[in-house]
Amino acid sequence: MTAATATEWETVIGLEVHTELCTATKLFCGCANNFGDQPNTNVCPVCLGLPGSLPVLNRMAVEYAMRIGTALHCTVQSSLFHRKNYFYPDMPKDYQISQYDVPINADGWLALPDGRRVGIERAHIEEDTGKSTHVGESGRIHGADYSLVDYNRAGVPLVEIVGRPDLRSSEDARAYVDELRAILVATGASDGKMEEGSLRVDANVSVRRRGAPELGTRCEIKNMNSLRSLGRAIEYEAARQIAILEDGGTISQETRHWDETLGRTSTMRSKEEAYDYRYFPEPDLVPIAPSAEWVKAVADALPPMPADRRAAVAEAAGMAPDADPVVTVVRLDLDPLLNAAVAAGADGELAVKRLANEVAAGLEQASTLDPRAFAAVVGMESRSELTTAQARTVLKELLEHGGDPAAIAKAHGFEAMAAGALSGVIDQVIADNPGEWDRFAAGEDKVQGFLIGKIKAATGGNADLKEASALLRARRG
Amino acid sequence: MTANPALDLAAAVRRGERSAVDVLEEHLARVDATEADVHAFNTVLGERARVAAGEVDAAVARGEDPGPLAGVPIALKDNLCTRGIPTTCSSRILEGWQPPYDATVVTRVAAAGAVAVGKTNLDEFAMGSSTENSAFGPTRNPLDLSRVPGGSSGGSAAAVAAGYAPLALGSDTGGSIRQPAALCGVVGVKPTYGVVSRYGLVAFASSLDQVGPFARTVGDAALLFDVIAGHDPADSTSLPGAAPVASARLGEGVEGLRVGLVTELVGAEGLSAEVVAGTRAAADALAAAGAKVDEVSVPATVYGLSAYYLIAPAEASSNLSRYDGVRYGHRAEGAADITEMYVATRSEGFGAEVKRRIMLGTYALSAGYYDAYYGQAQRVRTLIIRDFDAAYQSFDVLLSPTAPGTAFPLGEKTADPLVMYLNDVCTIPSNLAGHPAMSVPWGAGADGLPLGVQILAPALGETVMFQVAAALEAMAPAGPGSSAR
Repeated sequence: MTAATATEWETVIGLEVHTELCTATKLFCGCANNFGDQPNTNVCPVCLGLPGSLPVLNRMAVEYAMRIGTALHCTVQSSLFHRKNYFYPDMPKDYQISQYDVPINADGWLALPDGRRVGIERAHIEEDTGKSTHVGESGRIHGADYSLVDYNRAGVPLVEIVGRPDLRSSEDARAYVDELRAILVATGASDGKMEEGSLRVDANVSVRRRGAPELGTRCEIKNMNSLRSLGRAIEYEAARQIAILEDGGTISQETRHWDETLGRTSTMRSKEEAYDYRYFPEPDLVPIAPSAEWVKAVADALPPMPADRRAAVAEAAGMAPDADPVVTVVRLDLDPLLNAAVAAGADGELAVKRLANEVAAGLEQASTLDPRAFAAVVGMESRSELTTAQARTVLKELLEHGGDPAAIAKAHGFEAMAAGALSGVIDQVIADNPGEWDRFAAGEDKVQGFLIGKIKAATGGNADLKEASALLRARRG
Repeated sequence: MTANPALDLAAAVRRGERSAVDVLEEHLARVDATEADVHAFNTVLGERARVAAGEVDAAVARGEDPGPLAGVPIALKDNLCTRGIPTTCSSRILEGWQPPYDATVVTRVAAAGAVAVGKTNLDEFAMGSSTENSAFGPTRNPLDLSRVPGGSSGGSAAAVAAGYAPLALGSDTGGSIRQPAALCGVVGVKPTYGVVSRYGLVAFASSLDQVGPFARTVGDAALLFDVIAGHDPADSTSLPGAAPVASARLGEGVEGLRVGLVTELVGAEGLSAEVVAGTRAAADALAAAGAKVDEVSVPATVYGLSAYYLIAPAEASSNLSRYDGVRYGHRAEGAADITEMYVATRSEGFGAEVKRRIMLGTYALSAGYYDAYYGQAQRVRTLIIRDFDAAYQSFDVLLSPTAPGTAFPLGEKTADPLVMYLNDVCTIPSNLAGHPAMSVPWGAGADGLPLGVQILAPALGETVMFQVAAALEAMAPAGPGSSAR
């Protein structure tokens, strides 16, 4: 594919994200919902689907689903469970209890950090399957010598969030998943761990000529285990489809498997082989009809979402909501430190920069950082009592050992340098380096670095170098 | 006044006048004498039952009350899960499977002091009306060994009729308690959907299945109903709140009650003349006893059979998917891959009728057919409920035949499934509506075999249903099942 043809094509992506919910117990029984336990230890007649067993819905799972729906601006509504019938060894009943035409959450949206909205068609509750390990060359069920099944995951509550095909690039897709993950974690419903499989993403990918009104035929891509593989898979798949179309071929609707090692997708199930799931209302469960009071209580108790927090940080810092430092501060949950610093009178922009750089770099220690001490360091820097370099040093030490910022500054000999004192140092540097000064005074800017270096050395690093530069330029007239 | 074997036994055991172990031995002796001919049981629980009976006696000796079913032998349909005891559903596919848990109803009867004597035979997965669809051979009617006991709870009905136990539990999805009760001359009850827990009942059609009692008398059936009824948090479809009390008004007669004879069910296809005459006679008896009796039309019931044979197989096709050879029960040997294993396991493990219904149900739920079949059947269900509700505006209970005729000879209806399906034409509407209904013996046919009459009531109307049943029982002409055993 040439660069020229790539620009003629538009990639259209819709993502289906499954998230496991952080409930103590499974969706329909009292078994522990724990990742990583010994296989088949968190099981009972219900989640093993033994004959005669019946499901009883976990109220907390419903509440988490409602939180997710509310955070995604969905309508939270009365809903039904359906059975999705298909045979697979890791599904104990050979049907999955899911939601079909009446999901608990419908018609919402998610705002990407840059403000673009991605439609959410639905976010419904369903049960997870067990986990199969196919032993044999293929690593897949067909061609396996034998398979092992761990039913600990069977019946773990999931919410499937079905996004509308509003994404246009792999970057969009990654930004969407990143933002969705942050929202899920913020609701407390999910730990968002893609590597442990508690967040799983399938991508529906199609391409069309730019400006075409109709969507192209899509393929569903499965088995992407990280944001990186999601991006790679989408790019591979889009390129594959474009190549076929440019060759005059057609895309057949199918489910494709992403191979991380080979870096390509391959046919998993064609449209003809697609399952007929024979959905029908689950007769063992009654409809979920959350009261208006419950829906309101869930909405009222929802903590601020990442977008709200970014807006607040952006406002405090005078930056754009999608500015890197703003995004970093919120992603790393450092905004409480910002709020404390601003409340203590510190400069918001400076505080955001220190958080996004120094504090983010020492993130392990950030939780032990005393907000008042952080506020004090930023305050000293913004009042020019510390230079940027000094503030960084003090902050680093605070993160590592804690303590009182003023005492740390004093111990390092970081004294506030009055403008007059700096002026005296500059006089001395000019006197000591007349040749360089003359060249600088004549307009040779590159000599400025040399002079600043001398000033820095003469002050033991305590000078505010921005201030020093300004003074030098002022002298030059 | 009719003697109530279970009530009387429990009272004697509770007072220490009779030992539960002796009572059990008496019943096991009857099993020994005729079970080889009848084949009511898939499993007889001799030793376990002796231990349980011994515990009842020990409790009495300690001055404790073992409960309202103290020392009463009870037979359990073999689709009710029993911990550590094979639960087969009379299917090869569950051969060797022992549940790790007891069904809620099993726990409840044991807690009330009942002694389980065995697991009774049934049509495989409760699909049938004669107990001939059992992988372990048919059950025979104790009143005439050449005849079927009805089904699918034929083993439970036969066990009570043969005197193996005064009480039994069955399950009723389209008539599987009431029809065999009628054919064996005993009382059989299908409770309101949600009144008795389904937890541990191996599902056939989840939205229709209910567990219910068999007994020799209405009083005993009420006793067992009151033990098993009530909310169970393990069953989401279990109704909250107190269950109706079946024994509340048993001796109160029917003076002033309004009884409707259902036109469409009395006139249903395939009913024998003596069945219709018997039902009319029962209605007349109620009128003579002071009830206000009239005919009433419940029009949508005529679509009951068709709707049932879409809904029940549809749910069954899904419920029976889990028997795939992966985790328990039968697994075919020698399959090359997973698909082959599934196909071979299910081909070997299921009988013809089960396969037929899985096929029917799978088709009814298939993409493109759902609305025309399953969806349409659910709409019929709504209509039936609406028509029943209308009838209950004017009537306290409704009356109909239970089964089309008396017990039929083995093999007579196995050739044509549709003929067999007609057995349930009068019983199915109550399952579709979720309403209670029961069969009480009402005399005998020309062949000397028992006839039954069905009493239908609105949801949670068990109290008045049992009230009317008790009155009918007291007035019933003598039948072969009514002689004390």
